Amino acid sequence: MHPRKFYPALLALLAVLGAPRAFAELQIDITKGVTDPIPIAVVQFARAVPADGGLDVAAVVQRDLESSGRFKGMQRRDMLSQPTRAGEVQTADWRTARNDFIVVGRVSAPSANELVIDFDLMNLLTGQTLLSQNVRVVPNSLRYGAHRVADIIYERITGTRGAFATRIMYVSVDGAPPKQNYQLLVADSDGENMRRVLQSDRPIMSPAWSPDGQWFAYVSFEQDISSVWLQNARTAERRRISARAGVNGSPSFSPDGKKIALTLSGSSGNLDIYMLDLASQQLTRVTDDPAIDTEATWSPDGKYLYFMSDRGGAPQIYRAEARERGPAKRITFNVGQAMRPRLSPDGTQLLMITREGGGDKVAVMDLANNQTRTLTRGSLDESPSFAPNGAQIIYAGRDRGLGALATVSIDGQVTLRLKSDQGEVRDPVWGPFGN
Amino acid sequence: MRKTAMVLIMAAALALAACGGKPKVQNDGSTGESVGANGGASTSGLEGDAGSVGGSGSGASGPPGQLGSQRIIYFEFDSSDIRSEFVDVIAAHGRYLAGNASIRVRLEGHSDERGTREYNIGLAERRSQAVKRALMLQGVQESQVATVSYGEERPAVAGSDEAAYSKNRRVEIVYIN
Repeated sequence: MHPRKFYPALLALLAVLGAPRAFAELQIDITKGVTDPIPIAVVQFARAVPADGGLDVAAVVQRDLESSGRFKGMQRRDMLSQPTRAGEVQTADWRTARNDFIVVGRVSAPSANELVIDFDLMNLLTGQTLLSQNVRVVPNSLRYGAHRVADIIYERITGTRGAFATRIMYVSVDGAPPKQNYQLLVADSDGENMRRVLQSDRPIMSPAWSPDGQWFAYVSFEQDISSVWLQNARTAERRRISARAGVNGSPSFSPDGKKIALTLSGSSGNLDIYMLDLASQQLTRVTDDPAIDTEATWSPDGKYLYFMSDRGGAPQIYRAEARERGPAKRITFNVGQAMRPRLSPDGTQLLMITREGGGDKVAVMDLANNQTRTLTRGSLDESPSFAPNGAQIIYAGRDRGLGALATVSIDGQVTLRLKSDQGEVRDPVWGPFGN
Repeated sequence: MRKTAMVLIMAAALALAACGGKPKVQNDGSTGESVGANGGASTSGLEGDAGSVGGSGSGASGPPGQLGSQRIIYFEFDSSDIRSEFVDVIAAHGRYLAGNASIRVRLEGHSDERGTREYNIGLAERRSQAVKRALMLQGVQESQVATVSYGEERPAVAGSDEAAYSKNRRVEIVYIN
């Protein structure tokens, strides 16, 4: 098999960020929450008119916190006062309204190219101010700033790092077969601020983020061949990194961002796992088996590749050392079929799709004791991916026959459906922190 | 994090150098909207080869006759075995290709929606390979046959029942020239 020389279609085609919102945004709909969510009052922040563009920062913060399923926000119409600083809060009043915590704040524009969100978080039971902080952003990133505020509050109260100021990427499909239109979309973790990054009349699949969130990879079938591309998230510059004979699929960035694991078949049609070094273009074959080996994903330390193989008959998950023909061992034994592995950010949990008696469901296995828990109840659930804080999982399921996205907490307690008002959405992947 | 970006930039630079030429823009030149300072590129293009859109089975070349007009081979669930009713169809294409060495085909493999997307890419590729081997048994050269596996990404018909699934598990024989 000859690695074909790729040609960089720098500044090619498509793209992108900032394109008009021609398509459905996702809408969150909490289907199941914890029984005792923490009551919190998020009071409307003082505005910076007109620099804030009319964004209601407190509403974004409240929606983020509620979307975790762990908080219940006080209704605004029930609020008797609108403090914007900790010193203005009459704690007894807010406590009487059964709140445990209150968030107050104000947006200001100290200069033409900066917006500042100052906010205070108070524990109403003790009267203590837990946080007095600010988040600074450039003017068109106020929504991102609001997500950062939610992250900080979420972490202070729950002890878990928040992942609201992150992005998700997914594929949308519309039109009737066989002529469909495919788009690769990026949105904030709450489904807002959606932007199209690619569009094609041939399938787009398998999106993957680089560890720093600056790049993403995907598989495209433009020109009637499969090929793996890298695209810059900000500039939309892209280049083709693999278009060899047969299958070029399932890209996954190594934790250091220097390599991509991918599936190649060559002209013989035998799918195996390879690693491509992005700087040198050197290709290393990791598995060599007549079975279907695919869906490779890295362990957080970069030493292993977990992948799916049907070498034992039914699909199961295996783990290979990430090197030339690295020895592989089987990881899943106690389920009929196990596919699509993904590791938690701390490397202790293995997320997968299992098939038992028909339906495909999202399950998670504790790698310390091999105990497996099923997290979802759909019949065609697929493509699960961890939030970078490991607290939630995004996956694709079905809603009235159409592909839809949903999230579930790692304990299975909180389920959210992300509704799209048109077309099908699928193949979601949660981006890293800090982008 | 920065390092990653640097590595990628270096890789891109190396690639450019290796190419020894201008970046090839594989667009058909259709216009795109320009996206301003922090955007880049355009929103159109990516149409692939417009000449082959929906072209499965509609190419000018191909064997004559009733068998030769059949260009879709259907499969059973989770199987890449050639069903007996399609043996003669594939043989007709094989004889035609063996006698016309300059003519090439692309075998487009597909699956139904059950199973993960990536597994289905593998399964559909197996189906294309089964058809390819059957063609080669008639004397077709390997260089005459390309395969592309779409897995479950490009169904022939919508639906989540066996009626739809049986139409989606297929290999389409597409004459390229």
